[in-house]
Amino acid sequence: MSAKSVGIINTTAPYGLSNGQESLDLALATANFGQEVSLFFIDDGVFQLVKYQQPIPEQGKNYSKTFPALTFYDIDDIYVCEQSLNARRLVLTDLCIEVIALPYEELSAHMMQLDHLMRF
Amino acid sequence: MAAFSLLVTHAPFEQQYAFSAYRFVRSALNLGHEIKGVFFYQAGVQNANRFQAGHSDEFDLYAAWVELGTQFAIPLNVCVTAANRRGVINKQDAIENSQQGFNLAEPFAEVGLGSLVELMQVSDRVIQF
Repeated sequence: MSAKSVGIINTTAPYGLSNGQESLDLALATANFGQEVSLFFIDDGVFQLVKYQQPIPEQGKNYSKTFPALTFYDIDDIYVCEQSLNARRLVLTDLCIEVIALPYEELSAHMMQLDHLMRF
Repeated sequence: MAAFSLLVTHAPFEQQYAFSAYRFVRSALNLGHEIKGVFFYQAGVQNANRFQAGHSDEFDLYAAWVELGTQFAIPLNVCVTAANRRGVINKQDAIENSQQGFNLAEPFAEVGLGSLVELMQVSDRVIQF
């Protein structure tokens, strides 16, 4: 069976919701099963990638530690919305991994080419 | 004709998502499309909680899912990790965790995330609710 291309869109900040952690679990599982995974971080989702996160246990696990390992799962297409970064006064050096920053119009164009999209 | 699968990530009652998911399945079947399966993730696992006891004059979504699962043999797959975290457990989980009751039973089935990937592979579209 041929691999499908799957886009996972992250739109919420870490810790306040379980979205980020459960989205990452899904991304890893999808890649493990041989599908082509692209990750998108838009709106408050960009906060998930910020360096030096130190949550207390009640806030959940510091799953941002897993982001540097994404490349070992062959998840290398990681896109961040440029406008979302700018609006939150973030720059690429604030983030814990290398990503591709694009204006949202171009992110949409990338998403259009994928077989499946999921949003968290 | 298209082959669809559904990803349900919201619990019933508070929000409309799960009810819309059910209506989507019904409509798609009526139009002759194929539903490969429904995958329940995040708070969506609460759809599989058979302890739901709503008022008798309200729509019983749990019963509706069960009817769909049995009448049309549509797999109702529940992510085991997401479910157990939220207190939705099957008979085996109850035994392993020394719990007296269990609230996840057939036609719902506990599965891993790989089962969602399998649905992605055989579906033209996965629709999220």
